[in-house]
Amino acid sequence: MSNFFSQFWASTIDGLTQGGIYALIALGYTLVYGVLRLINFAHSEIFMIGTFTTVGVIALFGVTSPLTGLGLFLFLLVAALAAAFVSGTSAVILERVAYRPLRRRGATQLAALISAIGASLFLQQAFSLRWPDTVGTERVMDKTVIATIGSGLLRADKLLVIVGAIAMMLILDRLVNRTRFGRAIRATAQSADTATLMGVNIDRVIMLTFLIGGAMAGVAGMLYIVFFEVTTFAVGFVLGIKAFTAAVLGGIGNLRGALLGGLSLGLIEEYGASIVGSQWKDVIAFSVLVLVLMFRPTGLLGESLGKARA
Amino acid sequence: MKKPMTRGLSAVAMITVVALGTAACGSSSDGGASGSATASGGGGGGTEVKLGFMGDLTGPNKALGINIRNGAKLAIDEYNATNPDSKITLLEYDSQGDPKQASSLAPKALDDGIVGMVGPAFSGETADTGAIWQEAGVPFVSASATRVALAENGWTMFHRALADDGFQGPGVANVIVKGSGAKKVAVIDDASEYGKGLADEVAKGVTEGGGTVAVREAVAAEGTQVPNYSSTIAKIKGAGVDAIFYGGYYAQSGPFAKQLKDGGVKAAFVSGDGSLDQAFVTGAGAAADTSILSCACALITDAATGGQKTFYDNYKKAFSTEPGTYSPEGYDAATAFVKAVQGGKTDKAGLAEAVSASDFEGVSKTIKFEENGNIAGGTILIYQVKDGKIVQIGTSEDAKF
Repeated sequence: MSNFFSQFWASTIDGLTQGGIYALIALGYTLVYGVLRLINFAHSEIFMIGTFTTVGVIALFGVTSPLTGLGLFLFLLVAALAAAFVSGTSAVILERVAYRPLRRRGATQLAALISAIGASLFLQQAFSLRWPDTVGTERVMDKTVIATIGSGLLRADKLLVIVGAIAMMLILDRLVNRTRFGRAIRATAQSADTATLMGVNIDRVIMLTFLIGGAMAGVAGMLYIVFFEVTTFAVGFVLGIKAFTAAVLGGIGNLRGALLGGLSLGLIEEYGASIVGSQWKDVIAFSVLVLVLMFRPTGLLGESLGKARA
Repeated sequence: MKKPMTRGLSAVAMITVVALGTAACGSSSDGGASGSATASGGGGGGTEVKLGFMGDLTGPNKALGINIRNGAKLAIDEYNATNPDSKITLLEYDSQGDPKQASSLAPKALDDGIVGMVGPAFSGETADTGAIWQEAGVPFVSASATRVALAENGWTMFHRALADDGFQGPGVANVIVKGSGAKKVAVIDDASEYGKGLADEVAKGVTEGGGTVAVREAVAAEGTQVPNYSSTIAKIKGAGVDAIFYGGYYAQSGPFAKQLKDGGVKAAFVSGDGSLDQAFVTGAGAAADTSILSCACALITDAATGGQKTFYDNYKKAFSTEPGTYSPEGYDAATAFVKAVQGGKTDKAGLAEAVSASDFEGVSKTIKFEENGNIAGGTILIYQVKDGKIVQIGTSEDAKF
């Protein structure tokens, strides 16, 4: 317990950093679930594609030493856009190939779920053929300590992940709650049939949902690479389960729930690890999930996307 | 509306859990089972002696497995090149370092009719398959399994070509406490058979040597996952240790060393033979510098002389790369079988007897086994990373850093 207090600030910063990445990935699960009632298990591979895209951008930029100032800003912008674009496009293709044909034929939810897992395995193994080992990159951002809060060091890269994740969430939240397009998403989530009758093009909405969810995973991949500087074909596997957990924890189908769930899960893991040891991290995280679902089956915030306030 | 939805969700969650379990197995089972015969052409007249090699050839720590395989292959190819009556074939069983895969490959190896095994490579897979070899009467010589308990099963077929962690642990502890003067030490492991075993021995040695183990915990290593060590690092930082020992393999120790340095930890980083590979330096980047690595194994470089130099040259010629960690031990383990075959033994029982009675000058050390299969004698060598290269700085008795 003494560790908990002495490491409180360090754990808080690390938890928020890890949680920010969980939250960005969780968005993709939540959006797709909200609209289609489908857990898109291949989403973790969309994230993996985002990390590889970023590694590619770093190579293209020819980065050999950490960037600063304008160079860094430009790099982050280009990398975020590239990763968002590639991941978003992959997600759309995935929807076309793995889900739409099933939906057209009126297949059951279970069939779609199996198709999702199949797509996930396919993507993982395809990448493992080309990159069987961990892929490291050059450092693009100095891990400068900006501030010391108690026992915690607030490093530039951690701050970037936390701020980046929250900013992306705010943008998305506005997009869904304030725009015409967001209204179409919410309408589809509430009742796809009614939305069709009202003139909403469902296929287009679904495609855009995958695009946005994929783009968010791409940005998460970019932040992940800037932070960890290494990736593998299997990088999405555990992270994906954790992000899915975060989505359920916050209330699946709920955008703000994804942020809350992601950050809480990150914090719970770090706090728990400081009390009982790092080897129990996953046990703690999943125990909390079980407890929350026992007492609040709809998650912390509970609402579905369709019922979110306009 | 709400109720059925929730029920639907929990059903999905349930299916998910089951499905993910299957996915986890599926994703790691590729490239497993092919026991392909390698080289050793001809094969006509005389008897063919089939030996097996088992270890990680495509998994996360494949560099170590490939080193052993190459060492063994060199010894066998050299023997076959002398045109003997009984040629030796080396069949490969790629366990990816995973005890579960090793267990399912072992019966296949027996079906293939192997009469001896060079391996299994890692302690975990050796522990899980040892009883299978023992029961089948197949002698097995591991080039790298160092967990102490392996020699305590009463397996008469078991041998290893290097000293165990009971030897390595105190040696490393001695270097940490006496060689560097560290008082407070963090001992971390990857929760594997090997990592935990070695870390326990080191922790014991540090305490006995007058130091304190300020942090003792395990970090879950998840195969090919990219690990996040933040909570462990916070703990190490809070404890203000002088040195950190990590028991585990290079796929994790590289990123761990890097994250420690980035986290502002300045304590010396020490690890064992599982991290003794250039891939550790690649994974850790600049953070690898001054790291200390220990091994009961001999790392043979081009500075070697005599028999070791010949081994170095032949190895480099055969595989166009330098011999790495455990290559000499792999060579010696295979040589034990080669000598037995040269002595006219070609069946399991004969080989088992001859291998147990081995007594020859190997490239790494004198190969002579004790009753329980452990190597007789042994020295722990200490290496340090200097300017991106792993160089030997002494033995566990005299190394200073």
